[in-house]
Amino acid sequence: MKTDWIPLAVIPLLALAALPLVGSVPTWVTLTVAGLAMGMMIFMMASGLTLVFGLMDVMNFAHGIFISVGAYGAATVLTRMGAQMQGGTLAGDLSVMLPAVAAAIALAAVMGWFFERVLIRPVYGDHLKQILITMGGLIVFEQLIHVVWGADMIPLPRPGAITGSFILGDAAIERYRVAAVVVGLVVFAALWIILNRTRIGLLVRAGVENPEMVESLGYRIRRLFVGVFVAGSGLAGLGGAMWAMYQEQVTPAMGMQVLVVVFIVVIIGGLGSVGGCFVGALLVGLMANYTGFLAPKLALGSNILLMVLVLLWRPRGLYPVGKA
Amino acid sequence: MKRLLSGDLPRSKVLAVILVLVFLGLAAAPFIFPGTRSLNVAAKVAVFILLVASYDLLLGYTGIVSFAHTMFFGIGGYGVGIAMSKLGSGWGSLLLGISISLVVSLAIALAIGLLSLRVRAIFFAMITLAVAAFFQILASQLSDFTGGEDGLTFLLPELLRGRLTAYYVVLAAATVLFLALLRVVNSPFGRVLLSIRENEFRSEAIGYRLVTYRTVANCLAALGATAAGVLYALWLRYTGPDTTLSFNIMIDILLMVVIGGMGTMYGPVLGATLFVVAQNYLQDLMKLASGATSGIPLLPQVLHPDRWLLWLGVLFIVCVYYFPSGIVGRLRR
Amino acid sequence: MPDLLRLEGVNTHIGQYHILQGVDFVVPEKQLVMLLGRNGAGKTTCLRTIMGLWRASAGKVLYQDREIQGLQTPDISRLGIAYVPENMGIFAGLTVRENLVLAARGGDPDDTRLERIFRLFPAMQKFWHSHAGNLSGGQKQMLAISRAIVEPRRLLLIDEPTKGLAPAIIGAMIEAFGELKRDTTLLVVEQNFHFARSLGDAVAVMDSGRIVHTGAMAALAADGRLQQRLLGLSLESHQ
Repeated sequence: MKTDWIPLAVIPLLALAALPLVGSVPTWVTLTVAGLAMGMMIFMMASGLTLVFGLMDVMNFAHGIFISVGAYGAATVLTRMGAQMQGGTLAGDLSVMLPAVAAAIALAAVMGWFFERVLIRPVYGDHLKQILITMGGLIVFEQLIHVVWGADMIPLPRPGAITGSFILGDAAIERYRVAAVVVGLVVFAALWIILNRTRIGLLVRAGVENPEMVESLGYRIRRLFVGVFVAGSGLAGLGGAMWAMYQEQVTPAMGMQVLVVVFIVVIIGGLGSVGGCFVGALLVGLMANYTGFLAPKLALGSNILLMVLVLLWRPRGLYPVGKA
Repeated sequence: MKRLLSGDLPRSKVLAVILVLVFLGLAAAPFIFPGTRSLNVAAKVAVFILLVASYDLLLGYTGIVSFAHTMFFGIGGYGVGIAMSKLGSGWGSLLLGISISLVVSLAIALAIGLLSLRVRAIFFAMITLAVAAFFQILASQLSDFTGGEDGLTFLLPELLRGRLTAYYVVLAAATVLFLALLRVVNSPFGRVLLSIRENEFRSEAIGYRLVTYRTVANCLAALGATAAGVLYALWLRYTGPDTTLSFNIMIDILLMVVIGGMGTMYGPVLGATLFVVAQNYLQDLMKLASGATSGIPLLPQVLHPDRWLLWLGVLFIVCVYYFPSGIVGRLRR
Repeated sequence: MPDLLRLEGVNTHIGQYHILQGVDFVVPEKQLVMLLGRNGAGKTTCLRTIMGLWRASAGKVLYQDREIQGLQTPDISRLGIAYVPENMGIFAGLTVRENLVLAARGGDPDDTRLERIFRLFPAMQKFWHSHAGNLSGGQKQMLAISRAIVEPRRLLLIDEPTKGLAPAIIGAMIEAFGELKRDTTLLVVEQNFHFARSLGDAVAVMDSGRIVHTGAMAALAADGRLQQRLLGLSLESHQ
């Protein structure tokens, strides 16, 4: 990852620019934390997609399925074990939330493995067929989710301790959002360490640039592909689980709703760049929250406007990687 | 007959028979299948044949995947809807509405084409997705103008108020435009499109022309979709986000064109007919099946009428892998 | 000397283009064979076919008397064959160190071998922590070759090592190759006849997907008329 600080600097710039517009510091603090939390969750959902595309040249339009499956997997665990969270202790909460998240990641990862093996492997290299096949997968698996979990909204039990807000000065900061930011940073740090300090990360970075050369050096890059695809799906599941807990409900349309935002973040960041994805996600999260407060009618379209602005500045995204 | 079909014959006895049946069915629908519901189905079939055929021009002949097709469908519908509800229900406002929607569609199609067709297929697909989503948001947010989530209901000019007249106008227009599309894909222009799709590598040597041809195809497809939107609005006397802009409709179009047969024009005819008819009547069948299997675990849910998309999705995937030219391709073997 | 590499009637199609039309030649062990020919003759396709990046549609590629034409590229590489492509194939986003670590499949690069690389190409040591994308053309080429020798390999396939390089750097290359020759077998595609003549033991000339001449380099170097016929140039004009 290049040390190109400009896009990274836009984040604090955006936040600072919003301050005078919002007017009150406490409100601004709440909005900023909310924006960062949302951004982190979107980052988790989008990072897998961008890595898979960068390395394998595969755009999985069904990525939303992994998000949904993660959300529903977590929901199942939470509703089954929800009683344990009534106590109001951190330990009680974590005893349910951690397994929920683990279930989400595992379920999404398994589904990812299945997807790669059955649907995507036969169409490597053919972009047209890939788009069609993954759309088909999307249709079928979304229906299967309906079959297994039903089409209704499932409300989720609230954690006893990680709920509500704490007060900082005059601002109310939701505990869960802080937790989401922490998790997001941990995930980003872990990805960064793996990509930059391990041999596997080296292979992935080299593979994104020139997969043929990596093969010529003697590495069986196909195996790496599967691993990255599964990891990406697992990450999406994690994002889905956190999103579900944030919304305190799951609906069948969740995955699709958030997918457009995920795509926008991936485009903004640059197809294949995890760092770009991180910056893009935070920008989108902040933007959505600031405009939600300042100009609600604009809020839904704000991320698309952001995408247009970014593309006008850097047509291939914030941190373009290798291929156009 | 050959000239009417621009030399693109069905090339299969079964296909020819089916096509004739479809056409006769549509032409005589008010008499063979009396009742509001069947006429609705017939009108929808006609509109969607045009809509899906225009998409086939893009996907099947030019090899471009776009998710913005429903947007153009919506532009047509909203053009008529806004004109008729704001400017009165005369012919003047109708024609104005139609012209404006065609111009707007053309402008947007040009913009999308020139800006995005230089990039890879995947980038283009994602951008069309974002643009379509943006348009959907606009339509629901500018509710004073567009009626928001509820949409717009309006009256048609006197002459079109009779259901029978409206139906035949829609059918005639759809038929004429379909034949026009057939003409386009069998012209020299159409042949260049096919060669670009077959071997982009070689066609790239021709340089800038690649973008030109794709942009023109994009514009023609957009205009076709807009026309379909106009016709649909005329029939329903209503326009709303759920009848035109919904992503589900985009998915339906994809299903129809792939299962029917990409790059054949007759594929969309089959696909649209099959889909719309099934959508309305198959679900009744599935309800029966679901009820009959109520004791067995999971089976009733899988056969539940709401899950008919599941089966179509599976069929879709099978077609992408094994039957790239869908049903039509199979029939032509 | 036994043949390390043997091509027998190799044909390669790319799409509908029939590039290699029955290629036959051998690379004896511990020799440096120069593969010459005009642009578009099929030299790069030849190397890529040997490496498995393109599949031969007919014929055999034998390495140590074993058929490898159906194998996957990583497996071919693991047999001890290194490939340096025409565009060098270095990873621009990785540092020099990371490029070499990656090429050393067994773990960290062996110290003795690193010393040798630093001796041949001092720039590698100087730019150890720089991103490979920031290197000059010549340095990138040195990195590409360093990668090929960071672990012991029996056969090196190198595509146009002097392309676009300044004459001074070419001199350094000739020295480096001279030393490589001593313990490795090389098959080198070249357009620069001076470079070829200085280093080649044997030569194979390609034209339109076929081998039109094989023999000792010395013999070709001495025969101006043969050079003119095969390569469309004479020694004097190409200095």
